Amino acid sequence: MTDTTASPGTGTVSAEENRARIRKGLARRHRQEAIFRGMGVAAIAAALGFVAILFGMIIFKGAPAFWQATLTAEVYFDPEVIESDPRPVQQEGQSPADYRAELLRWERAVTLSNWNAVVADSIRKLAPDMELERKDALELVTSSVRYKLRDMFVENPDLLGQTVSVSMLGSANTDVWLKGNIDRSLADDRQQLSAATRELADRLAEEGVIRSAFAWHIFTNVDSRSAPASAGLAGAFVGSLYMMLVVIALAVPIGVASAVYLEEFAPKNRLTDLIEVNINNLAAVPSIVFGLLGAAVFINYFKLPLSAPLVGGMVLTLMTLPTIIIATRSSLRAVPPSLRQAALGLGASQTQTVFHHVLPLTFPGILTATIIGVAQALGETAPLLLIGMNAFVANVPATPMDQATALPVQIYLWQGNENRNFFEARTSAAIMVLLGLMIMLNALAIFLRTRLEKRQ
Amino acid sequence: MDTTSQEQTKKFEPPAATAAAAVETATQTGSKTRVSARDVNVHYGEKQALFDVSIDIPDRGVTAFIGPSGCGKSTFLRCLNRMNDTIEGCRVTGKILLDDVDIANPDLDVVELRARVGMVFQKPNPFPKSIYENVAYGPRIHGMTSSKDELDEIVYSSLRRAGLYEEVKDRLDQPGTGLSGGQQQRLCIARAIATKPEVLLMDEPCSALDPIATAIIEELIDELRENFTIVIVTHSMQQAARVSQKTAFFHLGKLIEEGPTEQIFTNPLDKKTQDYITGRIG
Ligand SMILES: Nc1ncnc2c1ncn2[C@@H]1O[C@H](COP(=O)(O)OP(=O)(O)O)[C@@H](O)[C@H]1O
Ligand SMILES: [Mg+2]
Repeated sequence: MTDTTASPGTGTVSAEENRARIRKGLARRHRQEAIFRGMGVAAIAAALGFVAILFGMIIFKGAPAFWQATLTAEVYFDPEVIESDPRPVQQEGQSPADYRAELLRWERAVTLSNWNAVVADSIRKLAPDMELERKDALELVTSSVRYKLRDMFVENPDLLGQTVSVSMLGSANTDVWLKGNIDRSLADDRQQLSAATRELADRLAEEGVIRSAFAWHIFTNVDSRSAPASAGLAGAFVGSLYMMLVVIALAVPIGVASAVYLEEFAPKNRLTDLIEVNINNLAAVPSIVFGLLGAAVFINYFKLPLSAPLVGGMVLTLMTLPTIIIATRSSLRAVPPSLRQAALGLGASQTQTVFHHVLPLTFPGILTATIIGVAQALGETAPLLLIGMNAFVANVPATPMDQATALPVQIYLWQGNENRNFFEARTSAAIMVLLGLMIMLNALAIFLRTRLEKRQ
Repeated sequence: MDTTSQEQTKKFEPPAATAAAAVETATQTGSKTRVSARDVNVHYGEKQALFDVSIDIPDRGVTAFIGPSGCGKSTFLRCLNRMNDTIEGCRVTGKILLDDVDIANPDLDVVELRARVGMVFQKPNPFPKSIYENVAYGPRIHGMTSSKDELDEIVYSSLRRAGLYEEVKDRLDQPGTGLSGGQQQRLCIARAIATKPEVLLMDEPCSALDPIATAIIEELIDELRENFTIVIVTHSMQQAARVSQKTAFFHLGKLIEEGPTEQIFTNPLDKKTQDYITGRIG
């Protein structure tokens, strides 16, 4: 059809006019597209910006906590202070139990020695001209130093009368003072350290006796109230680890089995529809409700112990199950029906079809769902508070039945610590550790997924 | 079942020279009936898809189902290996005898039935596994072999019969999904015949293939009919004319007419059949 001929449908409009109309609208269409693209870019920029601000703030606050004031002092194991009998040796004919009891008695006696005096003396020697009171000297280092010295002595009683250099962690207050996290112009009565200790700290820092050392103990120590400077995440980490293991051991088999049954075997009727709706709803239930449920069922009814990672893991399993079921079902649904037909047509039973052909294809999906579910569970706090996992625990739990806390709960506990000046940075440091773990888990999920998908 | 498959095994290896002669006899004698369906009705939920279909399918040779799209050809084909069981809400009534066994009986073990009645689908659907594993899967799940050598033998001979062996013999461990469409469909045929079925169902096996691949498959079907009872659904009348000895015409869920292919295409009795083959309906 050529220019001026009016086509039947368009009445009297010529082709030229038609083109002009299209052209007129073109500018508007392009503009709309540009606006939409601009909004998309702006939205992404805003989201990334918020993430960057969040991470930036956490790292800015938390990173300094990984370096802590540390000093090395000469410690004299003064025989006049450490009143100790020689360490018992096992006598001929003495039963091991008796020997152990005697050893324990000796250790107790050693502990009763005035270790604070030993610590204070070694600090005083760092600044002999200052004539420090014992209290002021002790304030400089964290209170767990005395246990460190005691343990050294119990390990090796020959130290009596000797002088050895020992690395000591500065107290939380010293750390705060030296990092400038407290206003130096505050009046004496509002300072955490006495005037003498502040002067001592400044002087030793200037002389290079007090250094800033990497705080490995954040990863190896458990939480501590009496010696906040030495508080670490090891207990919470192991607690979280146990819970993750419980979640994996329970949620994966139960979740995958339910998903496979519902998707591949169950008759499609009212009941299964109802179950499906309920599973989807479960995924949206606030986590604290699962905590209440766990407290009522696992603890009150089944009498499982409070604060135990086993119970925590079971509660988190309830939370993770819907995620795993939904993800597994959607990856089952993504398997082409032609594959099932192929297997069934060859005479494979339903079970063989599912296990030989369908499930292997969904493996990457299930794995990713599991890792993401576990990562979610790792960051969950509220339900754990309701089953007592916010208790202060000063041990690394040896089994999933022992009292423990978890990483996010530890963050919550530190965030609420009264010593804000010190724990603010420590809290951010713990958040960094948790985020690091999450990022590692998610990266693992992506890595495994791409690898498995490539192999197929 | 045991005796039948042994018989089948023997029949599997006819001397090449006499093969053509054997076919000749089979088709000329009209041969005995292998599958006989009586008053088959199929419903999908409320909707009835097949109405009182009765037909005899002869042993050996190719029977073609033709008819416009949606007339129920695939539905009826699926009755023959009970694949309709896998469709939610599908109900089949009537009698379908395979060697005097009513395969429409709900108590029948479909696993055994499907080992006897193989199926090739419209779209090639190899397993995402190696070529070897694709063919070995059926014999393996049915426990048909007792040694690796025996299994190898079945895999190789099935591939050979499907005319694929020469093309893939150097890459049996490569994924079957990496083959071309036509090769994939021949792989699916090899996979289906590896379980030594007595009946082979094919639902528009060439509709996803190009003309050259189609020609190869048609040739293959022509060879396979020596040893298998083949039922093929096709929307191409030329294909039905080329490969089948018997043709059945379906329309709106009813079997309108059936008979020797030649007669259906040259001298149909029913007006609807005539309209269809002359291109006036469908
Ligand atoms: N899975 C199914 N669910 C519901 N209706 C179906 C299903 N499969 C086929 N049908 C219906 O049954 C009739 C016959 O279909 P089909 O056997 O696939 O026809 P053909 O293979 O001859 O094209 C059609 O009307 C179709 O809509
Ligand atoms: Mg069809």
